[in-house]
Amino acid sequence: MDFIRLINVEKRYKNGVTAIYDLNLAIEKGSFVFIVGGSGSGKSTLIKMLYREEKPTKGQVIVGGLDVAKLKNKKVYRLRRKLGIVFQDYKLLPKLTVYENVAFALECLGEKKSIIRQKVLKSLEDVGLKNKVHSYPDQLSGGEQQRVAIARAIVNDPKLLLCDEPTGNLDPAKSMEIMQVLEEINKNRGTTIIMATHDKEIVNKMKKQVITLKEGHLVTNKKKGKYEDEAI
Amino acid sequence: MKLFRMLGRSIRDAFKSVIRNFSLSLASISCITITLIIVAIAVIASFNVQNFTTEIEKDLTIVIFLDGETTEEEAKQVEKTIKKISNVSEYTFQTKQEVKEKMQEESEVFKTVLDNFEGEDSPLKDTFQVKVKDVEKIKQTAEKIEKIDHVSVVRYGEGMVDKLVSAFTSIEKVTYGIVFALILVTIFLIVNTIKLTISARRKEIGIMRLVGASNFTIKTPFIIEGMVLGLFGSIIPIILSTYGYIAFYNHFDGYLYSELIQLIVPEPFIYQVSLIVLGTGIIVGMIGSSGAVRKYLKV
Repeated sequence: MDFIRLINVEKRYKNGVTAIYDLNLAIEKGSFVFIVGGSGSGKSTLIKMLYREEKPTKGQVIVGGLDVAKLKNKKVYRLRRKLGIVFQDYKLLPKLTVYENVAFALECLGEKKSIIRQKVLKSLEDVGLKNKVHSYPDQLSGGEQQRVAIARAIVNDPKLLLCDEPTGNLDPAKSMEIMQVLEEINKNRGTTIIMATHDKEIVNKMKKQVITLKEGHLVTNKKKGKYEDEAI
Repeated sequence: MKLFRMLGRSIRDAFKSVIRNFSLSLASISCITITLIIVAIAVIASFNVQNFTTEIEKDLTIVIFLDGETTEEEAKQVEKTIKKISNVSEYTFQTKQEVKEKMQEESEVFKTVLDNFEGEDSPLKDTFQVKVKDVEKIKQTAEKIEKIDHVSVVRYGEGMVDKLVSAFTSIEKVTYGIVFALILVTIFLIVNTIKLTISARRKEIGIMRLVGASNFTIKTPFIIEGMVLGLFGSIIPIILSTYGYIAFYNHFDGYLYSELIQLIVPEPFIYQVSLIVLGTGIIVGMIGSSGAVRKYLKV
């Protein structure tokens, strides 16, 4: 049974733009998948549909056995608790320390303080930021801030980690650091990772499954794929 | 346990945010304060009016004097007719002789004067004293009784009592109108206060949604914030109405103008008033904040 399945998915925005046309896709549990494509190819829309920020206009989006398209607004939180999300702009709260930013996610779920402490320190260790627990986000570099965001995304042990251009604001060296962190999470925790990117170098180095989108259509879906310029 | 932790967090956040947006919070709190002072006055006034009108109503009696020559048989006939009137709750009958004895008991002067009159000569009349179920219809009942044969005079406390009650009820209506208008203004102000809090915390709310906080978790702090505003707003009105009413009561010795209008004893009445004021404040705050949450927090 595939962990994620998209069946005849179409997404048309209210302004008449169609971002995804008739997309069929299956992603296995524990895999590491790149979604590549130029601007306007629909990769962000695809990620947004996976965490139910957007609803597909047609078709089914199934994540872990749950039909996300049919999920009511009130129940979206049930899906969000099972996945972690990382963004290009980190989305950290500037007035909270690194520790508090990560703990915030668990506080919202009403976890016990002792459990919060244990889980937060574990995930900060996993991203290699255990020595910066009491810093504020603006005292950190971009790469470190992104690692805090990753720590927050994985603190609740999600089965799925969605990353929307996580290296978009970082230089190549910092980007590779982030990719190593993600790969370790994928390996050690068995978390399925789906990452939208247009960073050619990263995709070619990592040698993972690559799904290529072009103007809303699926072009290629290859295990151990490469960033193919001609396809885009 | 989990629910308590969440509630604890919500209450903490609510107090924080009241302090953070202090100027706007103060505007809402002052508005609630003014509203609640008037609510307190209205509550105290209407409870007192209700209290003394029921006291007066309890005492309100229709007195019926029969013709001088009415025989015992005829009096019984009158009694039967009175019994049939639906608004009559109870009645007592006194013959001339009984009235005389009662009056003589009450006063020395009457005793000697009335001793001169015996039997048929007595200027006194057989009387009925009738109590009614519904005081509002006392006039109709009195008119009905007046039409019965052998009834000469019918008296009830018309005039003064009617005017007093109707004056107080119209005052009550005006106060309720003012309170209603003020509550609307207050709710509007609270909606705006909470709206500001929501926009100040937009980023935080977005992240809460991403990490899987339920709608309940996201909404509760804002609703509690409205209740906190109501709570703060009710402090001054409670102090004012409590000490104000005690001073008022002591100043007038518990009566207003005449012994007819009795004030309610301050304890435990003021505690009930305080509770009503506090409840109104919190509920108004809650209505305002839930309105804002529904309008500006699309979750």
